[in-house]
Amino acid sequence: MSTLSTVTSTTVGKSARSIRSRQGKTPRAQRESPFARVSAMVVMGVFTLYFLVPIWWLVVAASKNRSQFNSTNPLWFADFSLFENMANLVAYRDGVYLKWMLNSALYAGGGALVGTLIAGMCGYALAKYNFPGRELIFNVVLGGVLVPATALALPLFLIFSQISLTNTFWSVFLPSLVSPFGVYLARIYASASVPDELIEAARLDGAGELRTFFTVSVRMMVPALVTVFLFQFVAIWNNFFLPLIMLRDETLFPVTLGLYAWNSQVNQIPVLRDYVLIGALLSIIPLIIIFLLLQRFWRNGLSAGSVK
Amino acid sequence: MRIKKRAATVALLTAATVVLAGCASGSTTQDGGDAAACAPSDGKVDLTFTTWIPGIEEVVKIWNDENPDIQVKVQTGPNGNGGTYQNFFNQLKAGNAPDLGQIEYDALPNFRVQDGLTNLASCAGVLDAQDNFVDWTWGQVNFGEEDAVYAVPQDAGPMAMFYRADLFAANNIAIPTTWEEFAVAAEAVRATGGYITNFSQSDINQFAGFVWQAGGTWFENDGDNWTVDLTSPESVKVANYWQDLIDRDLVSTNPPWTDEWNNAYNTGSDWTWNSAAWGANSIVSGAPDTAGNWSVALSPQWADGESAAGNWGGSSTAVFKGSEHPYEAAQFALWLNTSDEALTMLNKSANLYPAAKSGLELPALKEGVEFYGGQAIYDVFAEASAQVSPDFIWGPTMTQVYNDTSDGFKGAVTGNGTLTDALTSAQQSTIDALQAQSIPVNK
Repeated sequence: MSTLSTVTSTTVGKSARSIRSRQGKTPRAQRESPFARVSAMVVMGVFTLYFLVPIWWLVVAASKNRSQFNSTNPLWFADFSLFENMANLVAYRDGVYLKWMLNSALYAGGGALVGTLIAGMCGYALAKYNFPGRELIFNVVLGGVLVPATALALPLFLIFSQISLTNTFWSVFLPSLVSPFGVYLARIYASASVPDELIEAARLDGAGELRTFFTVSVRMMVPALVTVFLFQFVAIWNNFFLPLIMLRDETLFPVTLGLYAWNSQVNQIPVLRDYVLIGALLSIIPLIIIFLLLQRFWRNGLSAGSVK
Repeated sequence: MRIKKRAATVALLTAATVVLAGCASGSTTQDGGDAAACAPSDGKVDLTFTTWIPGIEEVVKIWNDENPDIQVKVQTGPNGNGGTYQNFFNQLKAGNAPDLGQIEYDALPNFRVQDGLTNLASCAGVLDAQDNFVDWTWGQVNFGEEDAVYAVPQDAGPMAMFYRADLFAANNIAIPTTWEEFAVAAEAVRATGGYITNFSQSDINQFAGFVWQAGGTWFENDGDNWTVDLTSPESVKVANYWQDLIDRDLVSTNPPWTDEWNNAYNTGSDWTWNSAAWGANSIVSGAPDTAGNWSVALSPQWADGESAAGNWGGSSTAVFKGSEHPYEAAQFALWLNTSDEALTMLNKSANLYPAAKSGLELPALKEGVEFYGGQAIYDVFAEASAQVSPDFIWGPTMTQVYNDTSDGFKGAVTGNGTLTDALTSAQQSTIDALQAQSIPVNK
């Protein structure tokens, strides 16, 4: 979403410039012409609407009771029963929804944390140590970026079946630790922002390699690591196919799979529609929070990667 | 929105794995399975049962309390075509399939062809249970083979006609009892500004239900070869009938299960729905403003005085190949689908309409339903259930058949080709799909 709007604003900026240069009559074109500004705002406004309307719809729909859902204006509130719906959702089947949220938080939070650590160390090693096969390893990891995670789900299932680990916490957690893109970003960032001299100095002062990494280098790599963490968190939170294939036990489901399972039943069990709606709304809140908290780092990390 | 995208992913991945499954099916066998080995196991037995019925845990708990030596653990997931069938195939391939699984009738042949099911015929009590089930449901689980039972019927979807009793009465239109009258009534309804019903462009199993009622079938299997019969005379008759209604703008063509569709019923623009027993709840949820105005009658017939019904949906409890305890699994499946206490609970928690004869007499299914003006609507479905022909057979690639037919139907409702064209094209693509999976098929 953010990438797209960035792209849009750059294109708009460009077209605004080209309009100006075509006019070519304004020698001191320090400021954008009103026309360009307005059109940029219009385009951005349209895109903002495009992204926000579904969320608005969800908020409104989640606040209605079932009979009003079909019979009232889908984009405006009827009787406000949001909290009642929430209470029903939480009470349904002994609070299985809360369990799903907790699972999602564990898979995404834990997976992203450990995954970021691994990716950071790997990228740092590839950037700062010279050893035979370094480029080969890096290229293999880069290749991994190109393989969509969904394509790996079935082979992973067959492998995990061999070691009887399907339908366990680990069957979703372990594959989530791997982030080829994280390795790529960490390497680029480390080679740009961690000076060799600094590492030399730390070594001269008698710090071991691990200590150097954790006390010196990690601090300089923080923006990149936060970016990797965010990417990984969002990817795991939204990862649906792997849990779908791996998990059978309802108490292990992440919230995405749980809601999907409910949604596949709404024709038969109408009450589930309410729960899917309110559940979907609540399930995006953690993502919004984490984005708001970390977006500063996210932006820095992205641009750092792109310059190099 | 997010969920739709996911469904697309699943569809895509399913397609990918169908290709994989296609490669694997070279080793497919058509023998009757090892019907000999169905003996009780010693000691305590643990079974796993994958189903997507909400609230089934409470039902299973009753069994577990009464049978300490046969403990069943429930596993769950999305509905069959939502991913659980694909999971079953993956698990069969990996050798860790559950002991029992829920499989809808139209998906059973696929599992049979891939040799994923255990023949339960030699398990004590299974063959004798035939009389407990509505006749046609048994045909769905033995595929017409001698000494074979590949699953225990669970629920059924006999079809009848839901109609707006108030609107028909207010406009002095008689309730149609034949399809001919239905078409005449459709004109009268259209004259009032409404539509008599909605033709569903993507509920292909509803259309199959119409063909079923007309006495046709889409597939046949002589034990060795499959015959695809999407263009049977009955099928074409049904297609032409609906095509005529579509051409004359006498039926609406909203995509089913959308807000638009719900709205057409909720506002009284659509007057009838030919649907299954489970559809009763869909109207309650989709058209809440019309409470008290609906009634249910037997489906219109193709000829005066006939009594035939179609079926839409329904599922079974199957025991997968590789289960080490088929005897115990079969006992559980029989209990789950014939005992009054289990059927009552399943009906209550998941609105299942039983396939067991005794289930049709459950007190809960004898009561009047308020939404339907107090009519005891399930009496109608019980009558319809007895009228469903046992001769309709599903093919091994129904997902593909549904998709291909639906593509054609979507074109037909927008004036692009006809329903018969869609069936003709699906006929060919189905034969191709069977051949691609090395399933023997008559051309």
